[in-house]
Order: sequence, then structure tokens, then C-alpha cells
Amino acid sequence: MNPKLSRRRFIKGVIASGAAATSTTIWYAANGAERPAGAVERLIRINVNGQTRSVDVAPQETLASTLRYKLGLTGTKLGCNRGECGACTVLVDDTPSYACSVLTHSVKSMRIETVEGLESANGDLHPVQQAFVEELSPQCGYCTPGQVMAAVGLLRINPNPTREEVRQGLAGNICRCGSYDSYLNGVMRAAQIG
Amino acid sequence: MAYMHIGKDFVPPDVVGKVTGRIKYSEDYSRDGMVYARLLTSPVPHGRVINIDASEALAMEGVFGILTADDVYPDGEPQSPGLKVLTNEPTLIGEPILAIAAIDEKTAETAMTKISLTIERLPFVLDPLDSLVEGGPDAYNGGNTYIFREGFAQEKWTTDQVASFRSGNEPTAEAQQGWAYGDLEAGFAASDFIHETTFSTAGYPHMSMEPRSAMAYWENGKCYLHGTSQSLSAIAEPMAAIVGVPLEDFVFINEATGGGFGQRARAGSIPSMAIPAKLSQKINRPVMMRVTREEEFTIGGARQGLQGWIKVGFKSDGTMAAMDMYCISDNGGKGGGGDANSAAGGVSALYQTEAMRFRNSSIGTNTAHRGAQRGPGENQIMAIMAPIMDKAAEALGLDRLEIRKLNAAQNGDVSGSRSTPFTSAYMPEALEQGAAQFDWEGKKSRARQTNGSKVRGFGIGQGYHNAGRSGMDGIVRLMPSGRLAVHNGIGNLGTYSYASTSRAAAEVLKMRWEDCDVITGRTDRHLPITSPQDGSNSIFTNTRTCFGAAQDLLVKMKEIAAMDLGGDAADYEIDGSRIYQQADSSVGMTYAEVAQRGIELGGKFSGEDELPEDLNRLTQLSVSRLAGSALMGVYHDPRHNNNPPGFTVTFTEIELDKETGKIEILDLVSIAECGTVVHPQGLANQLRGGAVWGIGLSVLERHLYDPQNGLPASTGYWQSKIPTYLDTPANIGTGWVDLPDPENPVGARGIGEPAMGAVSAALNAAITDALGGHLFDTAPVTTDMIINHIAGVSEDAVPLAQNNFRG
Repeated sequence: MNPKLSRRRFIKGVIASGAAATSTTIWYAANGAERPAGAVERLIRINVNGQTRSVDVAPQETLASTLRYKLGLTGTKLGCNRGECGACTVLVDDTPSYACSVLTHSVKSMRIETVEGLESANGDLHPVQQAFVEELSPQCGYCTPGQVMAAVGLLRINPNPTREEVRQGLAGNICRCGSYDSYLNGVMRAAQIG
Repeated sequence: MAYMHIGKDFVPPDVVGKVTGRIKYSEDYSRDGMVYARLLTSPVPHGRVINIDASEALAMEGVFGILTADDVYPDGEPQSPGLKVLTNEPTLIGEPILAIAAIDEKTAETAMTKISLTIERLPFVLDPLDSLVEGGPDAYNGGNTYIFREGFAQEKWTTDQVASFRSGNEPTAEAQQGWAYGDLEAGFAASDFIHETTFSTAGYPHMSMEPRSAMAYWENGKCYLHGTSQSLSAIAEPMAAIVGVPLEDFVFINEATGGGFGQRARAGSIPSMAIPAKLSQKINRPVMMRVTREEEFTIGGARQGLQGWIKVGFKSDGTMAAMDMYCISDNGGKGGGGDANSAAGGVSALYQTEAMRFRNSSIGTNTAHRGAQRGPGENQIMAIMAPIMDKAAEALGLDRLEIRKLNAAQNGDVSGSRSTPFTSAYMPEALEQGAAQFDWEGKKSRARQTNGSKVRGFGIGQGYHNAGRSGMDGIVRLMPSGRLAVHNGIGNLGTYSYASTSRAAAEVLKMRWEDCDVITGRTDRHLPITSPQDGSNSIFTNTRTCFGAAQDLLVKMKEIAAMDLGGDAADYEIDGSRIYQQADSSVGMTYAEVAQRGIELGGKFSGEDELPEDLNRLTQLSVSRLAGSALMGVYHDPRHNNNPPGFTVTFTEIELDKETGKIEILDLVSIAECGTVVHPQGLANQLRGGAVWGIGLSVLERHLYDPQNGLPASTGYWQSKIPTYLDTPANIGTGWVDLPDPENPVGARGIGEPAMGAVSAALNAAITDALGGHLFDTAPVTTDMIINHIAGVSEDAVPLAQNNFRG
């Protein structure tokens, strides 16, 4: 995980915003309309999938909430909303990050990539997506966007990983269907497709 | 037999949506004017709501209304087990008491803090044996158990009876239910090796990745519910009943489901979906109810824990002569679950024991509500049985593989309380294939070899589940475009069986898959009734319906061709795009032309009359709404004969670190025996996923409750640990026997559940092997138990403990 986006920094940010530091409260408060007195500017610009988007962001709002409920990018899934499962994994400056545990205000100067941004302009799937289709890596599919983004992030820094390196690289992404072996096959195939 | 589609891989229509994030789960939808519901849940494990004062909350700006149990059940809550939509009589912490709708979730949460809830605390219990003992607390109002057709009841043992059971002895109390076959006494008398033990297996949550969020709205008198379910058409009628709307005015929308594993198969296991529907009706706005991970733990169900005693006898040649089993099954806070009975049936099926007795009592606890979880019963007991098989083999001087082959199910064998024959069975073939692929003969001599603190262990496991149903319906339509629409009511759970079973229709009509559309995802696309997608049944059940509906369509195509082109229907053949005379292939019609003629002719050809008798009400409704749109094939599937089994065998090699108790799986091979293979990639996924689940059952998963207050201590993925990439082997070997079953038109049977049980069995056997033959008689076997055993410390501070640490 990007040290700039550590869980510690996230929690500090939440506390600084005046919100109670419980996971459920964070989630629901994230959608609130109130602006606490003295809070940071809410209308910010963030770079998502190569586009600059203006969005009204509450001080304690998580990146997952902004993506899903403000920008309509529902490919980013919330499985636990507390940094346990990895379903909400996106890339922040190329680093796989749990969007449920990142405050949107903390990444406004960074590049954010979600699963919706991977396809090429002509509709071709990203090699990881294509490989996951060919290997039938997903089962229920709920963790798949997170697995895809973790794999894309890994392959950017390690284009030819060993199977063990992929296993370690994706270890932060849970799959309750147990499709790990099929995802590993997919990432190894993606590395070949390049 | 050479098939066009059966046994071939393909790209299921939804998989691109899954890798791009475009496919929508229930929480991904929104609706203009949508408001948000939050749940006020029970803070106590057992209580009774005395009063709810929501006046202050309802006066808040942005609050639109609340829904309580009194709204849902104006005539009083049903006095039966099972989750209620909302309740005034909670029997587990986190059970929903009311829902409140507001402009956003923050407002709803704030409003909830202004609700005054007066609740009477009642005694609670976390371990079935603590409830069974005389004077012990009861989990339910009216007792600690539920007797079918009689109601809630109280069952108590004497203190000595409970203590004796905890000490390892056969329970002496009369059981609530049971069955037997064969001469048990004679079986034990003929046995040269008898093993007798108490055992326990843990309860643990399903923890599907997608929380069971739901969104609903009403439009022109119809209720539209975006929900999450393993099933699709099977949910419609019972969920409409829970919502309180006629079936014809209910639309269930469920394009994809983020995991189910048994707890989203039937409406009764996900009644919470009715909350936004009824709240939406009350406040006349679309309502989204997002469910948190903690709530998913609470209302998402759990596997039943078992506390049991078994005695099993083997003849000198290794034949299992007698099995006596007594189980207490943990019914949790809401009752439900038949794990113990399935466990006994599984033993009978897999080991073909000559005589057997099964006894069971189900006792409630104020813990997670229980219900089916992947291989309920069979998969727990196989983890207990596999080490016993090895102990018997060792005692009788037999090879561990040979004792399994000797007792394996074969064609002509029967199983269970009614001695039901298998439709087909090839377990010896599966064992041989697995042994060859794993190289059992080459590797087994390495058993118990040490390398520093690490020791090798080998295990063979077997899994079983009944894997097929019948009596459902099928609808296919040949469109004027020449394309085939296969209406499929299976849910999209991740098995891809909604698509792979549809290919049986394409097979009959010799059509290219590219020319076929699977119609699914929402009930207003007019789906036939389908069995709930549980019990590993879909491949068997729905290839029968899709195949049958396509055959009905083919008969009609030939009738139309004969009518228009002359000759008899039997004179015609098809090639996937044309129907033509066998004697002169130039005389024929395209599929598009015959479809158009079917519409023109109407009547039975376009679904307007002469429909099969006994069509389900949902199918009738769907057919009536599709009538006249295409040339239609409609089919009601008659009942099949006998028991279609799903079998799996697993071979594994592990390395156990005696200093840390950690286990590493070095090799694992699973072989499916599930009839003809329909979809190889899908089958491999089931074997791999089943393996991961088996690892969880065997060494990781259990939920825990605080004994003082009854608080669940494992509501997240960290506390109720599920296997991750690092807990599973980097490669899982797969294979299949691939011999056809006579009761299915393409020869297929199901596999999802036994794929797990075989692995839990193999892994527990391998741990026992690595530890020189020590039996833990429990699942999971966690690192602390292993360390305690190696250190010579008792593994169980509280023998047979449920819903808590054992040590």
C-alpha cells in the first residue's frame, strides 16, 4: 500500500474532520449534506481515469463513496467498507489502494484509476480483463474489479511476475468463492499477453 | 457421444460485465427520489420489545417514516422458526427490529439515535449443551427446540447426561428424530476394529462478498425489487408473498449475486429484502437499504455446528459393517438446518456402511441464524470421518486408498434411510484417477517424514451431495430473426450454470451459441420456474428443462415444415439454421421462416394453448405474457428416478510445522465424479472454489461469541477468518471421470458441494497423518489445537464447546 495513504493517515484524517471514528459511521456520514463549520473546501477536482472531475466531497468522505455515489462508478465494490476484503481496490498514482480506507480529499492531487478506466477507447479489454475472461477467473464477480485493479498495479511494477509473486501481490484481495487459482491463472496469462 | 456444446468451454454472457465492473449488483442501482433505510437491530441476544417511541425521530427534517414488525405482521408474528422481516421478539444480537427511511443515511442514523426502544432482556444461551441441561436457558420464547407440526418445545437432559456426553460417552437421552437400517448389533459383533468417539464441528458465517443490500420501488401498482439471491424465478412467488403483493404485480431484478453459498437460495433466508419493498410502499418513495458487513454477519446466516457421538465398526477386510451416530445440531437463534441428517446420509452414501443408526436433536442458541451452507452436514462429517478411515486402515493393516475403494459407491448401490439407489456412481474410478494424477503410490512412502520442525502428512478425502432435482419447467423461443431465446430462471451466483444449462437447448437444435440469447436477470423477462439454486442441483435439473423445451420446439418446427412443405414431420432434419427434408435438402425453411410461421399459426405453436399440464404458476404467467411473440417450446419436466449423486475425491500432501502449528499444502488434486462434464472451466472453478472452502472448514473458520453478554466477536473477515491467497495452494489440480448419468439427457450431475467436503476430509486426514495418527475429532483443527497437542496440553478446556474457543 502507498505509505502516503496508510490506514493511520486515514484515521487521522477522519478524526481531524470531527467525525466519529467507527467504520459504519464513516460510511453513512460520508453521504451527508452538512458542511461542518471550518471544514475544508468541499467542491474539489479529482483526476479519475484520466479525466478531471469536479465533485462535492464531504470532509470525511471516502474515495469509494465518491466514486460510487457521486461519480456513478459502481464498478468499485464495497464488500466490507473497513479495509478487510479488497473489493474496492483502485489505483492511486499506480498503487493499489483500498478506496474504502482513503479519504477523497487526501488524493485530490493524485491519479485515480478504477476498473471503468481500463478498456481502450475502441472498447478492447485491458490484458488483465481479457485474460480473466479467457481463464474464467471470476465466479460471483463481486471481488473481480478489485482483483483486476490489484493485478494491473502489480504488472505495472513487475510485468513478468512468478506465480508466487502474484500470489503475494494479490494477497490483500479476498475471494469468498475461492477463485484464487483461476485469478492466478488469469494474471499469469495477462503477463504473457502483455 | 459427440456434442456441439456439452463439454466445451465458452464465454458466459456476463463475464465481460464482471471484469469491467459493468454488471450491476443490487446496491449499484439508484432511482430518482430514492431515500435510504437504516436498521435498528437488537442489542440483546434474547429479548422482547416492550415499546418503541419514534416520535422524535419522525419529527426530524428529512425523515420519511419507519417500518416495524407491527407493520409487517399486523396479525402478530408467525410463531415458527426462521428469520422474520422485522421482529419484536429478537433471539439474536443484530436481528432487525425496525427500519427508518430518510433523505440520506446520515439522517437515518441520526434519527435512529432519537428512537426510544424499551426492550426486556431474557435469558440467553450460546451452547446447545448449556441449554439442554436441566434448568438451562432456552433460546426461544417457548422452549429451546422446534418440533415439526407441533411448535416450540423444551427439551432437557439431566446434568449427569450432559456431563457424560461432554466426557465422551454415548448420549442416553431419547433423540427427537432418527432412522436406521440393517442389523446394527450384528454389524458391530462382526467388526474387528471399532472406533468410538465424541466429535464437534464449528458453526461459521457464510460471509458472501456482497452484503445483502436491496432497493425497491412501486410503479403503477407493481413492486420492483432489486435484490440478491442464488435463485431467480424460485424466489419470485415466496418473496411476493412476504412483501404482500400478487405474483403478477411483483418484479424481482437480480442480474448478479455476490455469493450465496446456501443462504440466498430461498426467500425465507433473505426476508430482509422485503424491508425496502414494504417501506417503499408505506412512504411512496424508492428505498435503498444498504447492508453493512456487520449486518451481513448477523442476518447472513451460518453453518450449523454439530456436537456428536459416533461408533463405527469395520470387518477384518475393511468393510464398514456398522455406524451409529448421535448428533446435537445447533439451530442458532432462528432455528433451521438439517445438517445432522445430511451428515448421516452422506456417511451412508460414501462408505456404504452395511448397518446404520442415526439419531438427532436440534437445539437453539442465541447465535447467528442457521441454514444451509455449502454441503451442510456432509462436509462437516467428512472431515471427522476421513481420519477414522485411516485409523481403521492402520489397525487392519490395509492401504488407505484400498479401504476407501472397498467401501466406495458403485452403480447399483443404494444409500440413506430409504435405501435409495444411485442413478449412477463411479467412486472407485474417481479414486483410481485421483491416485494416478496425484501419484499416490509414488508419494505415500514420504508420509511422516520430517525436515527440521516440519513433518509431511498425506490425506485422501471423499465428498458427496445429492446433486439433482426435477419437476421444473422450461421455455425456449425461436424468434422471427432466427435466434433462439432460452429463458432461464437460475440465479447468477457465479457458477455460470444459468448459461451452461441453456446450452442443452442449443445442442438439441444444433444451433451456434452465437445465435442464442439467454434470457434471465429479472422476472419480467418471463422466466420458467426453476428449482432454487442450491444443493448442487442446477446442472442436472436445468439441463433437463432446457433440453425438454428445445425438444418440444423441435417437434413443432417439424410439424410446421410438414404442414407447409409436405410429407411427415419425421421426414425432416435440422442443421442449426434450416429445417429440411432428409430426402431432398433443397426442400426446407430457415429457422427464421419457421419461427414466423409459428407466430402466424398461433395456438400451440406460439404458446397460446395446448400447454403442458402441471406448469407452475410462474411459468404459466410467463408463457401467457410471451404468447404470440415467437415459435415457442414449453416443457414441464417429469420426476426423475433415484438419487443423482455428486462425488469428489481429493488427495493432498501437507507440511506441518510442529513449532508453530502452521500447515502448508504442498499438493492438492481433486477429481469430480459428476456424470458428463457440461462446462469444463465452470467445473474446474467449482473444484478450486470448493477446495478453498474445504480448507476453511478444516483449519480456519469458526465464529465466536462473548459468553458474558452474547456479543458476536467475529463479525468481520479478520475475526472469522476465511482463506486468502496465502492460505491456499498456488496450484490446485483438477480432473473428472466424465461418465454419463442415465437420468439426465446430456448425462450430467452436480458438483459444487462435494468439491468442498472432499478437501476438508483430505486435509484433516493429512493433519492426523502428520501427527502420527492423532485424531482431533473436530473441525476446524486450528494451530492452537495442534500446538496444544504437541505440547501435551489438553486441546479442550470445554469439551464439545460450541460458538466459543474450545481450548
